[in-house]
Amino acid sequence: MTHGQSEFDPEVLTRLTGAELLWATLVGEGVTEVFGYPGGAILPAYDALRKFPIRHILVRHEQGAAHMADGYARASGKVGVAIATSGPGATNLVTGIATAMMDSIPIVCITGQVSSKVLGTDAFQEIDITGITLPVTKHNFLVSRAEEIAPAIRAAFQIAQSGRPGPVLVDITKDAQQATAIFDFAGAKPRAYAPHPMLHCTDQKLHQAAELIRKAERPVILAGHGILQARAGEQVRNLAERMQIPIGMTLLGLGAFPASHPLNMGMMGMHGESWVNQAIQEADLLIACGMRFDDRVIGTPATYATKAKKIHIEIDPAEINKNIAVDVALVGDLREVLEQLLPLLPGRDGSAWLRLIEASKGTAAVRDIRNLPDSGHLYAAHVMHDLWRITEGRAIVATDVGQHQMWEAQYYHHDFPRTLITSGGLGTMGFALPAGIGAKFACPDREVWVIAGDGGFQMTASELATIAQEKLKINIAVINNGYLGMVRQWQEFFYERNYQSTPLVSPDFVKLADAHGIRGAAVRTRAELENVVNEARAHDGPFLINFMVEQEDSVYPMIPAGRALHEMIRRPDQNPLIETPQDS
Amino acid sequence: MLHTFVAYVEDKPGVLTRVASLFRRLNINIISLTVGRSERTGYSRMTIVAEASDQAGHRIRASLYKLEDVAEVDDISGISAVTRELALIKVAANAENRSGVFELAEVFRARIVDLAPESMMIEITGVESKIEGLIQVLNERENRVLEVCRSGKMTMRRGHHTSRVLRAMGVSAEPSPSDRESNESPSSEEPE
Ligand SMILES: Cc1ncc(C[n+]2csc(CCOP(=O)(O)OP(=O)(O)O)c2C)c(N)n1
Ligand SMILES: [Mg+2]
Repeated sequence: MTHGQSEFDPEVLTRLTGAELLWATLVGEGVTEVFGYPGGAILPAYDALRKFPIRHILVRHEQGAAHMADGYARASGKVGVAIATSGPGATNLVTGIATAMMDSIPIVCITGQVSSKVLGTDAFQEIDITGITLPVTKHNFLVSRAEEIAPAIRAAFQIAQSGRPGPVLVDITKDAQQATAIFDFAGAKPRAYAPHPMLHCTDQKLHQAAELIRKAERPVILAGHGILQARAGEQVRNLAERMQIPIGMTLLGLGAFPASHPLNMGMMGMHGESWVNQAIQEADLLIACGMRFDDRVIGTPATYATKAKKIHIEIDPAEINKNIAVDVALVGDLREVLEQLLPLLPGRDGSAWLRLIEASKGTAAVRDIRNLPDSGHLYAAHVMHDLWRITEGRAIVATDVGQHQMWEAQYYHHDFPRTLITSGGLGTMGFALPAGIGAKFACPDREVWVIAGDGGFQMTASELATIAQEKLKINIAVINNGYLGMVRQWQEFFYERNYQSTPLVSPDFVKLADAHGIRGAAVRTRAELENVVNEARAHDGPFLINFMVEQEDSVYPMIPAGRALHEMIRRPDQNPLIETPQDS
Repeated sequence: MLHTFVAYVEDKPGVLTRVASLFRRLNINIISLTVGRSERTGYSRMTIVAEASDQAGHRIRASLYKLEDVAEVDDISGISAVTRELALIKVAANAENRSGVFELAEVFRARIVDLAPESMMIEITGVESKIEGLIQVLNERENRVLEVCRSGKMTMRRGHHTSRVLRAMGVSAEPSPSDRESNESPSSEEPE
């Protein structure tokens, strides 16, 4: 029996082993898939798995398990679950946990631990994983008694999803898995979730904010990941449309507000659109919605939007005044705050400011690279643009970290929430492939594309075997520029083209796919692109495309780290202030 | 500036690490930290004194509240409160020069709690400056200070006093705790 119905009715109190309690509680929490890798200390749990209706996906490296749980959570909005053994299994999870922490993603990681009798004795494969993960989890538990398993798992789910979401780890000793206890799902319910006591959104604050918005002449909404987390897309849309306020997106916000909406200016920050950054610098009011003024979007605090008053709507009080001092903080759930704010905003004519922004685009907005003459070269930007066009912007795209990630953000226009799965805060190379796998499990009926650089792809390429074993229909685009491209770009700009350790010799990715029984093809020119992409989409199984793109291309515009938003680097050899069609 | 926080935390393993780790991560030095049982069953009370920038108080308090095991955090920097520290001080003293130490203890309202042929132990409670004063005077004498053990600060808000009561006690009137509460969070978000 692989996964039939659970033998255990949560309504009936039954004595179970700790291992059974673990699965029974996960079933009770609505878990249907877990991503994991077995080992000695978690073996009792694996032994009990066959009795429960949970599908276990065997990964090839525990980092992959954490990223899959993460991708699952990002695509679905539900909690993703990863499971690993003690010692090296647990430490391999850490990068994935930290990735989820930085991006506030709700995942629950379960690790086996040596028996409580030998805890602290440096037993075989004993590691202090609750100690190691303390700074990269929202919370963690060390469970050494069977009775504590269900309450810990249930608390972990509550903590992971509530307030500002994040990863939770539950470390369960082997003897706790082997001992027995009464399974009482309802009795294991954690105490009611208590919102952060410093949430603060009074009528007075709301009126202050409304007053600022009504009076603003050049307002900009900064739309962040919190919109997805709080499911506040509609409220942000109402705010923008009613008050005619243009919107700039953070990387993790992409998709939270439709890219094609006339008020959506595009992405802000280091590789954001020039006019978005310029609008922010010229603005007299910023309305930050579920974003945290990351250093990648503000340039430097001292030079950031100096003319603007700032309203910060944010669920985490610790983010208020952290990087940017604000004038009015509405500290609470974004959706609830906006619901209260909207009735205070009657409407407004914002056309003058919108016209000004439109004019500031100049020719920079003329970027229809589709119409560029085919120079015989294949640019990564072409790939992103064409993928967007061919998939009609409807695919779930998991990207890795580097140049291709930025090009994807610039050229794949996300109109739908939860369609971009990317590591923003930690910038974890190797994220795309496992995260894409997680997303596919969350949304089996959706078209999923993994877009990875030739460098990052190799960090977790072993998960190709997971795709093959699980027979997943996932399309993979390797953007092969022969370099650790983003680092090479920094070397080009800031280290006198000293390409130290960035050229990359890679295996033939098509053959690598083939070795896994995965179909593949290489694309070297733009002319071939559409046919191969369509072949991949039509193929009834995973497909890898090795896009051999221009090697020394760079992502423009770029704000050098530590500079102001208006001090961006434009394409060389041209009027630095005007981006021409050739810029793409 | 010096920030003082009073925190009620769950009395279970690892909580101290979580609190300490938070300060470490923010690269803030803890000057003193005292923990002990409180009036609430299952909860310990901590007094944490840390040196950090003026604006850091809000973020530290907000971050402490994000820890699952932390139930309540009060930032009592600059608030009317009673602060005490306990110190045990062992000094070199023999039959010849003991009496001076007794005199000093008298002046500082300290107590002698141990007396050996070559040493004495003084117990003193009070504010930091008082304890430091005693140590300084001892160092100026021939009674060498052998060991000092200090508890770190313990702090408790004063009750709600009218300014008349405070004047009578010789304490300057400060905003009452409730006044401060109501304008604390809001004003903390105005750029300084
Ligand atoms: C795990 C990890 N190691 C190192 C880095 C630093 N880093 C950022 S981008 C990048 C280059 C990525 O190269 P590639 O995957 O080929 O993508 P490209 O930039 O060429 O599109 C590196 C090394 C990182 N982000 N993550
Ligand atoms: Mg590359």
